[in-house]
Amino acid sequence: MIDRRFFLKSSGMALVAGGLLPNVFVKMANAATTGGRKVVVAIFQRGAVDGLNVVVPYGEQAYYAARPTIAIPRPGAANGALDLDGFFGAHPSLASVVPYFKDNSAAFVHAVGSPDATRSHFDAQDFMESGTPGVKTTEDGFLARAVMATPSTSPLRAVALGPALPRILAGRAGAVAMTNVNQFGIRGDAKVSNGFESMYSEAVAGTLRGTAKESFDAARILESADPAKLQPENGAVYPNTPLGNSLKQIAQLIKSKIGLEVAFTDVGGWDTHAGEGGAQGQLANNLRNFSDAIAAFAKDLGSRMSDVTLVTMSEFGRTVRENGNRGTDHGHANFMMLLGAGVKGGKVYGKWPGLTNLYENRDLAVTTDFRDVFAEVLSKQLAVPALKSVFPNYAPKTLGVLA
Amino acid sequence: MKRSFALLACALLLAASPAKLSERQRALHALNRLGFGPRPGDVEKVMNAGVDKWIDQQLHPERIADTAVAARLQNFPTLQLSDSDIVQKYYLPLQQMRREAKNDGEALKELREKIPYDQRPQRVVEDLVSQRIVRAVDSDRQLNEIMVDFWMNHFNVFVGKGLDRFLLTSYERDVIRPHIWGKFEDLLMATAKSPAMLFYLDNATSVAAPENRPPLPPRVAMRMMQQPQAKRNGGLNENYAREIMELHTLGVDGGYTQKDVTELARVLTGWSIARPQEGNVSFVFRRAVHDVKPKTVLGVRFPAGGGIEEGERMIHILAHQPATAHHIAYQLCQRLVADDPPPALVDRVAKRFLATDGDLRETVKAVISSPEFWDPGVYRAKVKSPFEYVVSAVRAVDAHVDDARPIARSLQQIGEPLYGAQPPTGYKDTADAWVNTGALVNRLNFAMALANNSLPGIATNVMTLVGGVDQQNCVDALAVAITGGNLTDETRQTIKAKATGDQQVRTVAGLILGSPEFQRQ
Repeated sequence: MIDRRFFLKSSGMALVAGGLLPNVFVKMANAATTGGRKVVVAIFQRGAVDGLNVVVPYGEQAYYAARPTIAIPRPGAANGALDLDGFFGAHPSLASVVPYFKDNSAAFVHAVGSPDATRSHFDAQDFMESGTPGVKTTEDGFLARAVMATPSTSPLRAVALGPALPRILAGRAGAVAMTNVNQFGIRGDAKVSNGFESMYSEAVAGTLRGTAKESFDAARILESADPAKLQPENGAVYPNTPLGNSLKQIAQLIKSKIGLEVAFTDVGGWDTHAGEGGAQGQLANNLRNFSDAIAAFAKDLGSRMSDVTLVTMSEFGRTVRENGNRGTDHGHANFMMLLGAGVKGGKVYGKWPGLTNLYENRDLAVTTDFRDVFAEVLSKQLAVPALKSVFPNYAPKTLGVLA
Repeated sequence: MKRSFALLACALLLAASPAKLSERQRALHALNRLGFGPRPGDVEKVMNAGVDKWIDQQLHPERIADTAVAARLQNFPTLQLSDSDIVQKYYLPLQQMRREAKNDGEALKELREKIPYDQRPQRVVEDLVSQRIVRAVDSDRQLNEIMVDFWMNHFNVFVGKGLDRFLLTSYERDVIRPHIWGKFEDLLMATAKSPAMLFYLDNATSVAAPENRPPLPPRVAMRMMQQPQAKRNGGLNENYAREIMELHTLGVDGGYTQKDVTELARVLTGWSIARPQEGNVSFVFRRAVHDVKPKTVLGVRFPAGGGIEEGERMIHILAHQPATAHHIAYQLCQRLVADDPPPALVDRVAKRFLATDGDLRETVKAVISSPEFWDPGVYRAKVKSPFEYVVSAVRAVDAHVDDARPIARSLQQIGEPLYGAQPPTGYKDTADAWVNTGALVNRLNFAMALANNSLPGIATNVMTLVGGVDQQNCVDALAVAITGGNLTDETRQTIKAKATGDQQVRTVAGLILGSPEFQRQ
């Protein structure tokens, strides 16, 4: 109960004080913790979310000229953007996460992305997840390389919620993919489970053997930790959607203290070539789920968020001008959101290139490399020492988005 | 790092295996790669018929009767319906209900619950998914079903995108299946003109900028002026123009630029669907919204004033590019031979594609008749996709599928829901996409459920597989029946040690179906 009271009180204080206080999660002492373990949670918005309609440059007339039917109105207008800093506003569907921005727990980075020019979903996701834009031969993902550079040995240090292990965690970090942390394991009696385990440990080499060992180790730990008993706290209500369910389970893993360091999940439906909608419609509905799931996650973890940094990304942005179907085509730069531990929130980071001088005469230009953001998160939050192995042949610049 | 590991494993395999496959191994290899694995007795049947003769038959599915499956497909009434029929019967009534419910979710739910089961919209997708499973499990045209799976994935359409759940029935039946043994150009053209693809990749709504359209007759122009501004304006949508080059033909490194994407989108303006809202779903070319200004795609110039023939010409050109031949050859070799196919093989298959005007039967034949396909190094080296795994398990224990829906649900858990790939790339065809902790655990759980006969609608009796053999020797008998005797000694010993008690035979069968050996083909 102390968690809940503390959380409400702190949030209330921060809201009243506006932008003057530091990140609310930092101030929540004496409350539930993650056991000192730092966690990074990454969410990939697959399909290229239209960042210009998420973090809206309402201060720029060119935005409205380029988007006659799908632009988000200025703050104050009906269905208008939620003002962030006098120039940018958040899509109204982000109403549930904007309070975290206001109390300095959340930040956005704009005009961020990959330097590679590809507008292929597949290639751009691949480059972003391998962490080596333009290089197709990289075999592992950058979050896997980051985890390998930390001293942790927990079989559940890197977990992806979803039916497949994503590229970003591929490699030798022993990352675990699962769709349901509460039903992970071999059903039936121990004889069967033991049978499979010894079969896979003796009979095979290569991928299957490694994967099997990780599966059985993870299943054992999850069975004894029983994360299912850890229901959402602080009155948090997750949307009943794949993303909501994934984040709810990631929260359960964090609370179980099983040694989680990196969690990853993804959410699709952002490829809005037609009928994108503005303040209402297709994108608005997807964003509401996105925002509500993240807000529920932060509320659920409460003071534990002082050890958890959540980061969002998407493969590229979308065209500045809307197309013939009230949608947008594949573009270039996009936005990222950061929330939680260490985040110096309440600010939209990144150099704004403007909407009059466009990349290839159609797209928002990239002024911040997505690797700069992750380099900072990984070094400051997970104390990853060797960024050279995480982002080979790249010297990250410090944005200062984390304390 | 992973690659050097794989190379090492390959080298070890090669060193340990003989230079040539035995006749029994050849039969098993053919059944695994050119089909969904053997049923009990199939290896012997193929050996008796002759492996090469069996393959030749499989390359001509039209000569295989397949009457039993044809009879079973009668149980799925929506399979015979046209796009328009399905939309009229299953979609328009739903639209009507939505209007009646007036945005009231509860009211709509009540209305929908009153629809009899046979008329519910989900019936269409259930029939579609069920027929794919029934065909994969029971059809004698096994290679045909493998190629249907391959081409449906190559020209992926996602069932979850709006109207597409009503359009996939005809897409598979009329667009994919009739063309997979013909010329690639015909297959490509059929997909380009299919309502399912036009809707999925948004070309149906891509129109020329107003200033690039042909002049309208005055009466029509007047009518247009009364339409809302945005509807009058409209414009390009690049989605399909990009994916037809990146995914369907040239490949992502096939040498096209962003400019080519935009120009091809202009060429394809007006390629659309008749009037789905009025129950008429068919390809239509709308001249009035076609871009009639000059255009240049991949160096090909189109003067002002063209029509549908511009897009047809570009599809012809794309179908015959060397980059396309290479892209298709690579994917076929990856599917049939190895995750990382030998470049020399890909080059030869691509040459065959070009030399035969994109004849898909000849191209597939070039893969199967290559020494690389029969190399002992690739024998039992490729990890099965979830669909291949699940169907091969059902076949291996000679199970009878009365209701395919539990299998569809298992596929969802193991990571490959049929028609469920959202991105236009479809599913990957390599082990790294399928081998992960959660999926493996779900595979093992499926194996036990199947062997225990606890999947509703799937009748499995593993006791019949061991015949008169006593319980003590059932491990060996089941190993032969299920994997063709391909268990390692270690696996065999492990299973023998675990298999005791009443449920012995079932447990043994489940362990074998879940074994590392059975994950491979």
